[in-house]
Amino acid sequence: MSVITAQRTRKSDAEGLGSGRGRVWQLLRRNPLGMAGAVMLALVVLVAVFAPLIAPYGPAEVHFSTPYQKPGTVGFLLGTDDLGRDIFSRMVYGIQASLKVGALCVAVSVLVGTPLGLLAGYWKWLDAIISRLTDVTLAFPFLIIAVGLAAISGPSLTNAAIALGIAHIPTMIRVVRGETLRLKESDFVLAAKTMDASGLRIIFSHVLPNAASAIIVQATVIMPVAVIGEALLSFLGLGIQPPTPSLGIMLSDAQQYIFRSPTAAIFPGLGIAVICLGFNLFGDALRDALDPTSSSRK
Amino acid sequence: MLQDVKETPLPILQVRNLEVSFGAVPVLHQVSFDVQKGERVAIVGQSGSGKSTTVAAILRLLPGLGQISRGEILLDGLDLADATERQLRTVRGRRIGLVPQDPMSNLNPSMKVGAQIADTLWGAGMRNRAEIKARAVELMAEAGIPDAERRYGQFPHEFSGGMRQRMLIAIALAGEPELLIADEPTSALDVTVQRQILNHLQTLVDARGTSLLFITHDLGLAADRCDRIIVMADGRIVEVGTPAEILLNPQEEYTKALVAAAPSLSPEPPSTSTSTGAPAAVVPDTSSKAVPILVVKDLVKEFKLRGQRGGIVRAVDGVSFAVERGTTTAVVGESGSGKTTLARIILGLESQTSGETLIKGQSLSASGSAERRALRRMVQPVFQNPYGSLDPTYSIERLIDEPLRIFGVGTKESRQRRVAELLDNVALPRSIAQRRPNELSGGQRQRVAIARALALDPELIICDEAVSALDVLVQDAVLTLLGDLQDNLGLTYLFITHDLAVVRQIAHNVVVMKSGRIIENGGVDQVFLAPQADYTKELLGAIPGAAFAR
Repeated sequence: MSVITAQRTRKSDAEGLGSGRGRVWQLLRRNPLGMAGAVMLALVVLVAVFAPLIAPYGPAEVHFSTPYQKPGTVGFLLGTDDLGRDIFSRMVYGIQASLKVGALCVAVSVLVGTPLGLLAGYWKWLDAIISRLTDVTLAFPFLIIAVGLAAISGPSLTNAAIALGIAHIPTMIRVVRGETLRLKESDFVLAAKTMDASGLRIIFSHVLPNAASAIIVQATVIMPVAVIGEALLSFLGLGIQPPTPSLGIMLSDAQQYIFRSPTAAIFPGLGIAVICLGFNLFGDALRDALDPTSSSRK
Repeated sequence: MLQDVKETPLPILQVRNLEVSFGAVPVLHQVSFDVQKGERVAIVGQSGSGKSTTVAAILRLLPGLGQISRGEILLDGLDLADATERQLRTVRGRRIGLVPQDPMSNLNPSMKVGAQIADTLWGAGMRNRAEIKARAVELMAEAGIPDAERRYGQFPHEFSGGMRQRMLIAIALAGEPELLIADEPTSALDVTVQRQILNHLQTLVDARGTSLLFITHDLGLAADRCDRIIVMADGRIVEVGTPAEILLNPQEEYTKALVAAAPSLSPEPPSTSTSTGAPAAVVPDTSSKAVPILVVKDLVKEFKLRGQRGGIVRAVDGVSFAVERGTTTAVVGESGSGKTTLARIILGLESQTSGETLIKGQSLSASGSAERRALRRMVQPVFQNPYGSLDPTYSIERLIDEPLRIFGVGTKESRQRRVAELLDNVALPRSIAQRRPNELSGGQRQRVAIARALALDPELIICDEAVSALDVLVQDAVLTLLGDLQDNLGLTYLFITHDLAVVRQIAHNVVVMKSGRIIENGGVDQVFLAPQADYTKELLGAIPGAAFAR
């Protein structure tokens, strides 16, 4: 009996789905994997924001007397690296740096890619120009482009992030253009045309809001790739410069003494994994929740 | 039709107290019915009535969380409700054949059609390749596919919708089933094609003595094709009877409403629209002296064919007609007749190749942008699909006042008042204004679309299949609303539709189109009672349920 009533309430809950943000949140909450992703991300973001409060030591603080400590050593939660720097503290700051790169990269690709995608999708003559350019860029692996750009502009966090962002613009354009092409043919856009709405008006008041979910989801896809990309650029010496930590630098440093102290590589690796997994799970759940057609059926 | 019931007392299919639930939500309640050998039974109901769920339960193909919670489904004594998967495999296709709804998506597009029949034959136990091919070609020919030998090696995209449906029928019959389930087999097809295919299906089924379970939303179609009709609503059986019993003497309130709403069964135009629409003539009504609100003159629209050098198709080919203010003109045609292209040109969404469309004597294409804007205000559309024509991210209020905002009409407060007024006009509660389209039903959405079309006080409304996506009862309500609005606001409608039965209900004048040309043009009674063109006669003959029209 109690089971039945419980399911009844769930059903009425489904019918009583509110609108807009409330509905998205309710749908998200019902997806356990998505919630797991959200919790991971919340944790990672909190760590990044409160890094100075959480980290017991400075990121570049060396303790030459205690290198290669094992995790759990008194004072060093996750042990120390070859220079005796506290791995936990470095990871906390490393996560901060990785998220900064990710956010900046997403910002660049969204802010540049979305308008170009909208224009390319809506006006055919612009499409010819924009799409050929994206085709050319897409012909190169995005990491090659990022490496090239980072090498030209000089190694720094910002440059690495912008290079990664630029490298992701073509995929963003593709996604937004595809959505625009689809939405352009929809009946509600036709209806707007019969009201004599201008092209820009249709793009901003009908196409963009409906493409928003695809853009957000694409952003959650780009984010973890950017985090890994930063790790790779730093690994190659093109990203953040030592002694500033990032998860990528920690990985590349630890590689030199991986047999002596494997945990120095494992923890940053786990950090990257958690960030990527968090974004992927959350992104998937967000995609389902934002899709207006997947309304109360679930 | 029901000759040998007495010789075979045991029904081929017995459904007993069937209950199906999705998760904890019951969707079918106490469904019981029999299908006798050689009998044709129709299940009629609106969307959500549980008719397709019943079929899925019989085939044990319930989607997702669906499960049979109670009851029996006896096929010749075998209870399908708790048969094993292995037992079911001997039943599906071999003892029960299924003709699915959508011919476009139910054939594998990357597989030759012949191979798809051959698959079924292989599944039915045939092993000799040559025999399989011979039998498949035979089945295709029986299903009415001309030149079956050659078409055996073709792909589904080389077939028209009707031909694909014939293929699906051939596949369903390949296993020589005792029971054939047809789930809305022709609802995606044109009426004349529908008639051909159903005639054919009927002869095939009769010749084999196969029982038929026919699922449809169209009461007229069910009455034409079946010996017995089961009316379902909300997962329950409402009424069971012969077509004559159901249509001429329905017992339950629901059935009565359904029969009254079915446009094909009530050819008399409702009195509301006849009162205003007295001048139902083709000849421009001289007494009003005004210019016709819409004049279409020698309109031609050509499309270039892709991939073919200089290939051109004439979608609209020299169409001329006039629409008088305050009347409803229906443009009727099957798919490919050019009726939608015509509507799009009048709405200014496409430009014509040659010819003219004049709205109140002014040409939409020739005028400057200010005049075009003014003309646009006068012509507003209501589209077919109420799920697609409303931006899902907008609130109802924002949807309805969008045209007002685009034309910069009024202040925020006056627009709010106008939205409330428009909601009253289309009989929607004002409280709905802050909701979003996906919280509304199809009928409510179509009302919102009508409210939006009315926002700018247009004079001409183009209804492009505006009611064809709706259930009969809802469709009837929306048509009544359109009629009332015409009476109160003096609106003119151009009603694009494939459904002649609806035309009879609301139109004053009818334009029949085929292949881009006008075949017949005249007052509704003239066209319906004394059709001149053969094609019009054919169309009229294909309206299901004519025999039971009152």
